[in-house]
Amino acid sequence: MLGLGVDRLQADINRLLASLFHQGVLDEQFLQLQQLQDETSPNFVYDVINIYFDESEKLLRNLRLLLMDREFSDYKKIGLHLNQLVGSSSSIGARRVRNVCVAFRSASELSNRPGCLRGLEVVEHEYHYLKNMMHELFQLEQQRILAAGVRYPM
Amino acid sequence: MTRDQIAEELPNLAESKLTALVVDDSFVNQTIHQKLLNRLGIENDVVTNGKEAVDVYCSGRNYDLILMDMDMPIMNGIQATKRLREMGIESKIAGVTTRANEGEKKEFMEAGLNDFQEKPLTISKLLSILHKLNFYVQT
Repeated sequence: MLGLGVDRLQADINRLLASLFHQGVLDEQFLQLQQLQDETSPNFVYDVINIYFDESEKLLRNLRLLLMDREFSDYKKIGLHLNQLVGSSSSIGARRVRNVCVAFRSASELSNRPGCLRGLEVVEHEYHYLKNMMHELFQLEQQRILAAGVRYPM
Repeated sequence: MTRDQIAEELPNLAESKLTALVVDDSFVNQTIHQKLLNRLGIENDVVTNGKEAVDVYCSGRNYDLILMDMDMPIMNGIQATKRLREMGIESKIAGVTTRANEGEKKEFMEAGLNDFQEKPLTISKLLSILHKLNFYVQT
């Protein structure tokens, strides 16, 4: 019975990942991250994704502050923040976030403020979707680990 | 790639005691690049921008390989690469960046890179850098 619980959770994890790949939310770089997880860093994926969340939220906050300023004109700064977001998103396999950041960056290179505002909204939307999906994934994995660890007394 | 596959590619890598410096302002990329290097048995340090990389070399430290990001605050990868070459630093420098249009790549290469890889960095791309820069010991 417990084995079925673990199997069911693993199936749920596989289904969620397949869906995220199918939607283009994740790409093969996420698999590369999983392959780097080993006995020396058993929580590598979880740790890196959380670093990504911390970094991204700071960048998104800064982008919003810059664009909300009526006197704003520093598109170069927008570009620098976006370069970092593009880089880190591609490094963890967050394909859709990466792609919308690239589109946002194009608007900033044209000094297109309305385009930048739209771009920011799209990036924020994609980022939050990814974050919710990753939380769901980590919860399932935690449940699977707990289920696999439960044993009936002999 | 599995560890066995890596060992087949570079059988004596673990014995060569290579050192590398990761130069990147993103903590995500620092973490991943360090893990990739650790997986290949390459000792490594990390700095967060080009100026810190230059400062590290000025302090007398040296590395076989530098993985240099392009866009960084204070001093970017192009400026840092030029500066290191002006200082006579002969470490192999591989540019690693998301910017991959031909013009940007050319500018970065002309700064003094030995190789260039588009992010995201993977074990295969890192092995490609090492192969290209002759970082393996022949038996």
